[in-house]
Amino acid sequence: MNALSVKNLTKVYSNGLAALKGINLEVAEGDFFALLGQNGAGKSTTIGIICSLVNKTAGKVMVFGYDTDTELAQAKSLIGVVPQEMNFSLFENISQILINQAGYYGIPQKIAVNRMEVYLKEMGIWEMHNQPAFRLSGGMKRRLMIARALMNEPKLLILDEPTAGVDIELRHTLWRFLSKLNQQGTTIILTTHYLEEAEQLCKNVAIIDHGEIIEHANMKVLINRLNVQTLIFDIEKPLIQPPTLNEYRYRFIDDTTMEIEIHRGQSINHLFHLLNEQNIQVNSMRNKTNRLEELFMHLIKENKDHS
Amino acid sequence: MITRTGFYPNMIALQTLLRKETLRFLRIWTQTLLPPAITMSLYFLIFGKFIGSQIRQIDGYAYIQYIVPGLVMMSIMTNAYANTASSFFLTKFNKSIDEMLVSPMSNLITLLGFTLGGTLRGFLVGVIVMIISLLFTRLPVHHPFIVVVMAILAAMVFSLGGLINGIYAKRFDDISFIPTFVLTPLTYLGGVFYSIQQLPPLWRTLSMFNPILDMVDTFRYGLLDVSDLNIYLGFSLVIILCVIMFFWAWALLCKGVGIKV
Repeated sequence: MNALSVKNLTKVYSNGLAALKGINLEVAEGDFFALLGQNGAGKSTTIGIICSLVNKTAGKVMVFGYDTDTELAQAKSLIGVVPQEMNFSLFENISQILINQAGYYGIPQKIAVNRMEVYLKEMGIWEMHNQPAFRLSGGMKRRLMIARALMNEPKLLILDEPTAGVDIELRHTLWRFLSKLNQQGTTIILTTHYLEEAEQLCKNVAIIDHGEIIEHANMKVLINRLNVQTLIFDIEKPLIQPPTLNEYRYRFIDDTTMEIEIHRGQSINHLFHLLNEQNIQVNSMRNKTNRLEELFMHLIKENKDHS
Repeated sequence: MITRTGFYPNMIALQTLLRKETLRFLRIWTQTLLPPAITMSLYFLIFGKFIGSQIRQIDGYAYIQYIVPGLVMMSIMTNAYANTASSFFLTKFNKSIDEMLVSPMSNLITLLGFTLGGTLRGFLVGVIVMIISLLFTRLPVHHPFIVVVMAILAAMVFSLGGLINGIYAKRFDDISFIPTFVLTPLTYLGGVFYSIQQLPPLWRTLSMFNPILDMVDTFRYGLLDVSDLNIYLGFSLVIILCVIMFFWAWALLCKGVGIKV
């Protein structure tokens, strides 16, 4: 069964802006799915419609087989959402925010209190549970929103840029937590600007641009379509004369840093062989950008050129 | 797939929202319960004691006794209205309305939760003001059932009015416009301080179109057993008003006016 099925979803705002132009999307149960796109591409509108925060203009949304037009309550009871922007009262206690959220989902207070403790501990902010929300730091507020989204133990968890503006340590903690949640059976849909995050976590991906899905594929398959990747080599000492690397295009960033393009089908082993032959000692090697990022930029550019 | 929907979960949601709304106005009691108590004490003192002692009796009651029901009703109405208008607008403003919108609780429960919260505050303020009035005068209660029912109905009508205002409001100014420019004049001209029998014919006729007059008059009848109007008509009007506003607010929530784009 699909956790989410979106058909011909259209949204035209009152100012005439067509945010979604009949998109189709399918997310299988148990998937870890990335919805990627530039700012204003339509990601948040899509999520808003799925979660009933935005009215759709046309189309159909099904959540675990429940049609949001006719079985909205059933569909919503299976969803948890972490929005991009903070959306809780700063003057309420953290525990109250979570217990109220569970209450809105029809969960009795006794169960809610237990869950609150579990998820606040999981998120590392249990010691703040009696504090008003305005006392939390930015990262803690983000964690609070994740804990809140889990209060109904959703089958489908939607996270709209959950790691925006959070420090590296917290980002990694969240990645581990989300992976664990996904392994336990929760379907996760993630939007993010950190494509490294999407590449590392997600099994499937859709790329949305100007309200249209321009790519919808398995992450590995998509990455394999990358024609060229750029690697950065840190070499031990400056070279007296330019190296001969045959079919490999390269340029120097500085005396000891080289940027080399590797096209699909070209061998990295062969490249190392050529470097060895010329006594060029490589200290380290890394991707110039994340592979998904390169592909993303390429697809967006292609779509722009096409339109 | 098993989902948690239906009557019982919706009742838990209603209980949650009502508790949240009640705790909100109790937590900020210096802004919600104390001001009407102080304002009405001043009304009782100045209009009732100082000026009222110079005014002749109306319908066999001292002036202070005559104005107590109107002032109690005025407190109920303004506080019920202010509660839902500000609470709903703030919920929209800080986006915590999303917490309700993403959940399976129905629009009817959202409507009931906010409305009952405002009704409760209006009623509680009414009780406080009535207790304070006893420090200044003796107050008979001829028809307790009418007193309680009219207090609840009026609180509900104004709570719904505040909710509708909160739904439409886009700025903070929008939630003070109606109370300042519509409700206050209607309340002061709604027979709080006088009997409409004392008015010139034109003003008496115009007053008949003011629904607040019916609320004040029926409430006064419940306490003092004196009335300028037909109380059955007054009750009917308030009930009709309540039903109309209930469905109006419900339709707005279902459409997502002011809360969804």
